[in-house]
Formats: sequence, structure tokens, C-alpha cells
Amino acid sequence: MKNNSKTFLIILLLMLAVYPKAAVFCQSLSSSELIGKAKEYDAKLVTYTGEAIGDIMLRGEFAWVNINDGDNALGVWMNVSLAKEINFTGSYKTRGDRVEVTGIFHRACPEHGGDLDIHAQSLRKLGVGRTVNQRLNLDKKNLSIFLFGALILIWILTLFRRK
Amino acid sequence: MILKPRLEDLKIIGFYLGKIILGLAFTMAIPILTGLCFKEPDPAFDFLISIEISVFLGLLLVKTCHTDKDLNWMQGMIVVSLSWVVAMFLGAIPLYLSGHWKTFLDACFDAMSGFATTGLALVQDLDHLSYTHNLWRHLIMFLGGQGIVVIALSFFMRGFSGAFKMYVGEARDEKILPNVVHTSRFIWLVSFVYLVLGTIALGITGIFNGMKPLNSFFHGVCIFMAAFDTGGFSPQSQSILYYHSLVYEVITIIIMVLGALNFKLHYHLWMGNRKEIFKNIETSTLFITIIITFSIVAVGLAQMGSYPSAVTLFRKGFYQLVSGHTGTGFQSIYPQQFLADWNHLALMGVILAMALGGAVCSTTGAIKMLRIGVIFKAFKEDLKRIIMPERAMVIERFHHVKEVFLEDKMVRSALIITLAYIILYGLGALVGMFYGHPFLNALFESTSAAANVGLSCGITNIAMPAALKVTYIIQMWTGRLEFMSVFTILGFLIAAIKGK
Repeated sequence: MKNNSKTFLIILLLMLAVYPKAAVFCQSLSSSELIGKAKEYDAKLVTYTGEAIGDIMLRGEFAWVNINDGDNALGVWMNVSLAKEINFTGSYKTRGDRVEVTGIFHRACPEHGGDLDIHAQSLRKLGVGRTVNQRLNLDKKNLSIFLFGALILIWILTLFRRK
Repeated sequence: MILKPRLEDLKIIGFYLGKIILGLAFTMAIPILTGLCFKEPDPAFDFLISIEISVFLGLLLVKTCHTDKDLNWMQGMIVVSLSWVVAMFLGAIPLYLSGHWKTFLDACFDAMSGFATTGLALVQDLDHLSYTHNLWRHLIMFLGGQGIVVIALSFFMRGFSGAFKMYVGEARDEKILPNVVHTSRFIWLVSFVYLVLGTIALGITGIFNGMKPLNSFFHGVCIFMAAFDTGGFSPQSQSILYYHSLVYEVITIIIMVLGALNFKLHYHLWMGNRKEIFKNIETSTLFITIIITFSIVAVGLAQMGSYPSAVTLFRKGFYQLVSGHTGTGFQSIYPQQFLADWNHLALMGVILAMALGGAVCSTTGAIKMLRIGVIFKAFKEDLKRIIMPERAMVIERFHHVKEVFLEDKMVRSALIITLAYIILYGLGALVGMFYGHPFLNALFESTSAAANVGLSCGITNIAMPAALKVTYIIQMWTGRLEFMSVFTILGFLIAAIKGK
């Protein structure tokens, strides 16, 4: 037992010595925290949660997925296999899947022209998106009918005035 | 003695204002068609209501103020400045009805930002905004960039001598063709041709980037309108970062620069006079100021060590710089990164670029290249006078479509407008500082608003005080109209109160 814990400690110390930067921020970080404290989180493993929005842009074996946590949207670079897990992306007519990505955060990614991004290693779907039902607002409909009536009235009045 | 405005003045102003409102109402049919195509009935109703209100107001003014009289200079200027205020209110109605703007003031802010081709935005949850409203946001940039009055002159009014007064009031003092209506139509022709070409280029690039074809071409139209009209709105909240594409950035840089060029220069290029681009004082000044301001930005970013390589430094620094210099406001970094990753020197480089702007008779705001060139030539002339013998004749000239001899009148006019812009930038910065923002941040945002740029370091957000929102609205309006028509309306109000 004692030997086991010693071995574990040595392995842990070795890991930290070999890759000191790869500290893991297990708790999900917000986009504001990541952008605001970008230097602190640069090149570190982070977890970020939000709604997948817009297009899933396939680029060879990888894809760009923009994920919005309500404050900002961040670009996440991921393997196509991970991107395929996303079924809905947010737009006017849909709510996108809510996902949690874990990956390496870059303040200025050297691979992607200095973009602030996350290179995802894993993706977990927290909620499934849906199509939003389009309902016509009746107040708007009534207001437009009322205004149309007012326009007709003005037109009739101008006809009388001309006569 | 100040004369009180007569009822006749008000009637003439009301009549032409009504006509411009009717023209604006007509443009709202475009988002309605979009709403029908994309099966978005609720957003389409927002525009139907807005059209009805606009037509109601327009008809009321045209019918009650009907006149056959032509505009004089004062009336023309007032019609222009009021048109922009009314356009802001009417353009804000569909935005507010969408529920994506917290207050009507926020919707007005974005409407003025759109019409004045600024690009600062207070929209919420942009990534879920309808195609219909998104198109309107970009369309108002396209309309405002060409000029609201230019629209009315091109499509809804017959030629009349007052047309030129309104044309000038909208900060366009250069006629491309002898007739001002033909000039307006030429401006639209240029814009439509580039719109088609730009949309195809951006649409195809979007498809290659992995976007769905329909979405890609919709984004292409919107991004083109925002880039060519140096506006800076974008269909997604991340601005240009959304696309993660170097090619997209390069194409938008080309469109932004095209938008920052004088329409008169476009005319000469179209007529085959390609040498004009190299000889023209505006293009040479633009080239020089881009090099100078980018050098400042590059040194600042290198000092900070913000980017891992020279290539990424160039890509990020040059994009924000060109976007600022042309008055567009697209960003390939987040607003907060300006403060976190850019030092004061780099920020000053961008502020300077924003303050200078593009060419006169283009869609940009700010001081503009012709004035900078004229001021530089005046300095050169004075320097020559000191160096050369007293009896020597010192004559300075420059090339702007034709050879022009530098006159004191030109220099005076350029200096007055430059001074007015500097004061406007400073006043906005003072208000920003009053609300607790540091000097440089406040100056950055103020210059961006007054020069109709749209780059933001984070001050512009829905939580900012209403007074600051109103300040930026006034700055956008004044900056876009280049002061004269705004001063005229102030004079008119004073005359109405104090006049006899």
C-alpha cells in the first residue's frame, strides 16, 4: 500500500515536471473569464459550456464549431467525430445543442492565425437542441390591421380635400 | 437681428422630409420579402407595422405641407439632418419589435449606428436573430452608406435645384456627373455591381469554409453591405472571428478598401483611367497613413509580445488597423482583447487610424484623406516659404482627378472640419471619462463612434448609461453629416426661440 502511494506520487511529480502548463480547470469556465484572463488560461486544459450556434464548418478531418455561453461565442476546433455528435445548432428557428467541451485553450493560437480558440479533446452533450415553434404575435397582427385602417382613412381624407 | 423661421419654411421642410420618409418606407419592403422567403411571419409583421407607421407619417407631412417651392440652403440642410433623426426612429421600430433590443433607446442606437455606417451594437442574442431583422441591420448600412437623401434623389424625386443642397448636406460635396441625380444613380450603380461581385466571392468562400450554401450567400450579402459601406455589423456576434478563415479576412479587407475610396475615383477607374489611383492625393495619403499607423500598431504589439509570431501579429494587427482606418469596424479579436493584449501604443495607432478615415465622397466617416492631404500640402508650402528666398513664388498643387492649385480657402475649410472632428472626439471621451472609463478607453470608443468606425474596446454594451448611449448617437449623427447640416438645425432652433 505504502509502495503504491509512493509510486503514484512519483508519477504525479513526473507528470507535472514534464508538462507543467497542462493544468486542468475542471470547473467549466465562462467565455468572459477565458477572454478576460486569457493569459492565465493560455495553453491550459479548460472546460467550457454553451450552445452550439451557426454553422458547423468542416475543414478536412476537423471542424469549427462556435459555442455561445450567453455572453460571447468562442470558436472550438474539434475532430469531425466530435462535431458529428452535435445535431442542432442555434439560429432564429432552432435552439442548439448544449455541449461541454474540454480542450486546450489558446489566447492567440499559432495554428489558426492568432485566434482565441479552444482545441477540443472531448465533448459531452448536456442538452439536446430543438426547433422553435413559430407563432404569430396577435398583438402585432391587430396593430398592423389598425394602422392599415388609419392609412386608408388618410387616403380617403386626401381624396375629399382634392375635391 | 435673427429672423424667426416662417411657417413657409416649416412647410417646405415638412414636404421634403415627408418625401424622404416615404422613400425610406419603400425600402422596408425588402425585409418583408425576406421574411416571406425564409418563412418568418412574425418578423415580417414587424416590418409591416413599421412601413405603415412610416407611410402614415410621410403622407401626413406631404399632404399637410404640400408646396411647389424649391429648397434654399438652410431648408436643404435641415431636411437632411432631420431625415437622419427620423430614419433612426423609424428604422428602430422593427428592431425593437423583434424583442432583441432591451429598450427603444438601444434600438435607436443600433439604427443610428447602422444608418451612419458605424457598427457599434447593443443587440442582444444576435446569434438567434431572424434573417429578416439581420438583413435590415445590414441594409440600413447600405442605405446610409450611399446616403438616405441619395436614395430619395435616385429613385423617388425628379431633378430640382434643391437636390444639390440636400446632396451637399449629406456630406457629399463632390459631383461625379454634372447632374446630381445622375451622380446619385451612378453611386448606386457602382454599389450594386460590387454587391453582386462581393456577394459571389464571399458566398463561394463561405461554402468552401464549410457553411451551408444558403447561409453562406446570406452572410455574403450582409458582410458585403457592411464592408463596402464601411459599416461593420455582422450577422453573428463574433464579427469576422465567426468564419475562422484567412481568405474571408483578405476578401473583406479588399471590400473595405474599395468602400473607403472616393466614388469619383471609382468612376475614373470604370472609365479606364487606371493611372488616377496612383496619382490621386487621397489614395497616396491613404497608403502613407496606413503604413504609418500600422507601424505604430506593430511596434506596440511587438513590445507586448501579444502574438506568437510575426505572421499572426501582422494578421491581427493589420486587420484591425485597416478595419479602423476605413471606418468599418469588423473585428477579428474580441473587444476585451484590445485592452488585455494591446498596449497603449498599439491602441493609439488604431485611434489615429480611426480618426483619419477614408476618402471624401465615399462611405467612410472621420476627417478624411483629402483634408489630411491638403493640410500636409499647406505645411509643405509654408515650409518652402521659410526656406526659399522672400521674392520666390511658392505655389503648391496636388492631383485630385485634375491638377488643383492649393488655395487658402481650401486649407481653411480642411482645418475647420479637422478641428471640429478633434473636438467631437474629445467631447465624447470626456463623457466616457465622466462615467469612470480610463482616458484611452474613452477616447477609443468616442473616436470609433464619431468617426463612424464601430471598433469597440468593450465600453459599448447594454449596461452603459443612457446618457453615454445618447452621446454616442449624437456623435455618430454629427460625424456622418460632417457638422454643417447639424449646425444649421441648431441655428434654426435658436432662431425659432430668439428670432423676431
